Amino acid sequence: MNTHAESLPVPRASLIHRGVHWMSRFNRLRLPQWTFSPLSWARALILPVLGMLAFLLFWQIGASQINTSLGQFPGPMETAREARGLYHEFLQEREKAAAFNFRQQERAAARLAEDPQADVQIRPYTGRPTFPDQIGTSLVTVMSGFLLASLIAVPLGVLIGLSSGLYASVNPLIQLLKPVSPLAWLPLVTLVVSAAYVSEDPLFAKSYLVSTITVMMCSLWPSLINTAVGVAGVDKDLVNVSRVLRLGWITHVRKIVLPSAVPMIFTGLRLSLGVAWMVLIAAEMLSQNPGLGKFVWDEFQNGNPQSLGRIMVAVLTIGLIGLVLDRGMLLLQRALSWDKSAITR
Amino acid sequence: MNRSFFKSTPLRGLASAVTLALSLLGASLVTSPSASAAVGAPEKEELKLGFIKLTDMAPLAVAYEKGYFEDEGLYVTLEAQANWKVLFDRVVTGELDGAHMLAPMPLLAATGTTTAAEVITPLTLSYNGAAITVSNAVWAEMKKQVPQADGKPVHPISAAALKPVLESYKKNGKPFNLGMTFPIGTHNYILRYWLAAGGIHPGFYAPAKGDNSGNIKAEAMLSVVPPPQMVPTMDAGTTVGYCVGEPWNQQAVFKGLGVPVMTSENLWPDGADKVFGMTKSFAEKNPNTTVRMVKALIRASAWLDANNNANRPEAVRIIAKPNYVGAEERVIANSMTGTFEFEKGDKRPIPDFNKFFRGYYAYPYASDAVWWLTQMRRWGHIPEQKPDSWYLDAAKKAYRGDIYLAAARELVAEGKIKAADFPDLSKDFSFKPPRKGPLDGIEFDGRKPNAYLNQFAIGLKGNEQP
Repeated sequence: MNTHAESLPVPRASLIHRGVHWMSRFNRLRLPQWTFSPLSWARALILPVLGMLAFLLFWQIGASQINTSLGQFPGPMETAREARGLYHEFLQEREKAAAFNFRQQERAAARLAEDPQADVQIRPYTGRPTFPDQIGTSLVTVMSGFLLASLIAVPLGVLIGLSSGLYASVNPLIQLLKPVSPLAWLPLVTLVVSAAYVSEDPLFAKSYLVSTITVMMCSLWPSLINTAVGVAGVDKDLVNVSRVLRLGWITHVRKIVLPSAVPMIFTGLRLSLGVAWMVLIAAEMLSQNPGLGKFVWDEFQNGNPQSLGRIMVAVLTIGLIGLVLDRGMLLLQRALSWDKSAITR
Repeated sequence: MNRSFFKSTPLRGLASAVTLALSLLGASLVTSPSASAAVGAPEKEELKLGFIKLTDMAPLAVAYEKGYFEDEGLYVTLEAQANWKVLFDRVVTGELDGAHMLAPMPLLAATGTTTAAEVITPLTLSYNGAAITVSNAVWAEMKKQVPQADGKPVHPISAAALKPVLESYKKNGKPFNLGMTFPIGTHNYILRYWLAAGGIHPGFYAPAKGDNSGNIKAEAMLSVVPPPQMVPTMDAGTTVGYCVGEPWNQQAVFKGLGVPVMTSENLWPDGADKVFGMTKSFAEKNPNTTVRMVKALIRASAWLDANNNANRPEAVRIIAKPNYVGAEERVIANSMTGTFEFEKGDKRPIPDFNKFFRGYYAYPYASDAVWWLTQMRRWGHIPEQKPDSWYLDAAKKAYRGDIYLAAARELVAEGKIKAADFPDLSKDFSFKPPRKGPLDGIEFDGRKPNAYLNQFAIGLKGNEQP
């Protein structure tokens, strides 16, 4: 039986008087209060929708005034048209893939008919990656870069936070490396990967490795710094409790430091994920990893009147995915963190 | 002795002999002819080939879309690259198994100044195909110097018409920058040739001294710009002109931003512009795969030039797709179907702006390699004087006609291309006959590179250093 006031059996009326909705007793996910009142739903939805509509109108009017050498700047209508075009291309490519696989099956059957012992391999489709494929590649690359960064940043951050001496010695290095742009890391990373990753039959494409490592180099810093600050800022009372109980170092970290620092750690991880997503698009343009960054760059190179619209579709997709990633991280933070007041929107 | 053996009638013996003969004949028809020439199964079936967004990557796109690669049992993925440097590096590191390359690129290792891996080419993807474009402002000044006939400028236009414009820019302190695609590249050397022929010094390279800018003693500054960015860069004013392949010259005309003044068949006619390159180690480890790739590309080149360019409109539709060249169809269509627009409204027929198979069969001519080597020496990429034999050696090492011949013979044996469509494959035709350049009248003989170099007014000759 826990002692939190919210979960004591209290009559409905008094809960409402306290401004707390009665359904929120069952609020495991700790969703915000406004989700439980129909009136709040209306407010929370109508205002953003109105804002979005105003922006679309502004965009359409503004776009019709700008004339570039490639044609008019794409407005929302043009962008929607290009999005449909991309969808049709996706369907067409699926048909070509089906035809390709059919031809392969026929050829394989013919070879097996001649020689039942023949070693027939079915190859994956060789055609171009479609827009959904490129989104998938970008997501996989950003998650691997982010996870790699987190695996390095969080333990290192804990160590730095615990020892002020270590913090003082490492801090200048962190501040020096933090502002370096991904495009500056990229040539170095490319050369190192080319020299180090030599294999006859590589498991990962070099462009994937280069993008992942570049993302890692740049998204390391928010997690690292926030973890260090969170760990260093553990409440003195809690540290004293640990001293009184003479807790071992590992138990101290597990029971006192980490739970106390989790809000800051998650803030750092959220920031890192945002940075990772931004860096990825830039890194992909040069490393040729077949994701959204390469899509934007290839469209720019095409110099087609449709290119601007397609780039705009990519821009909106990038923004949408960044939003989803951020919100996902926020939900995770809410579920795992104890201090709700530390969560910002 | 069994008496039944001698009982067999002569007729039966004759019948069995005839059956045996017929079955042997039948067997020889069914099995592949000349098994010794047949190419074995490919060692590596899944291949990734790179290209840059230029219309002369067409043989690669056609070979994929028409299924020629699949016919050879190859599963090829074509991938556009960001720029020539990225493309070349990825071929060298093995990320790309082969690529659409600038004709001088396989000769990079010959300069001895880089640690580039040995790259070879068994096939020329296209001959001709480069053009030089200048901005509207520069053309307005140039036009005053160019002789007119029937109200139109007389072609070929010499860079001598550009010289006064250059002087006025210098006097007013304005920079005169020209764009090209890659230092050891087609467009760099074509642009330099044109400038020098008009009396403008484009600058020397001195790699041995660490100077790779190419601006020593230069009157015009040349710098690298990736092909699809040529037009936006000129629009932004960073360059006042450039040399590049199509469709980036016609695009300047369509957008009203520039005017092409020279096309490469007026400068070095029918020279190799783009080649299909791969590392030497790839070709050694995968000989069957290499020959099969060349076979598919020869078929694609032949298709592109078949029936007097009848297939070109379809080729335009193929390469206009966003994953190939991506520019608008009408911009690509001009040069691919035999017209070229200079000033707006001044359309002239240039049927062989790009030559794929007609006349030169996509063969990697050693004399073409020697020409590029002479230009590399002329501007300092080859830092010192070399004897003629060195040029011929370097050409033979990089331009592998032997792989081409193996592929060509196989295509004839399979009946995919008629023997009459090829030259006599048993003779050595790797050196083209000596030919005079239409712009300056200087004759090039592939076997005498040093004598050729001595004929130029501007450029290193003999033992000169920049």
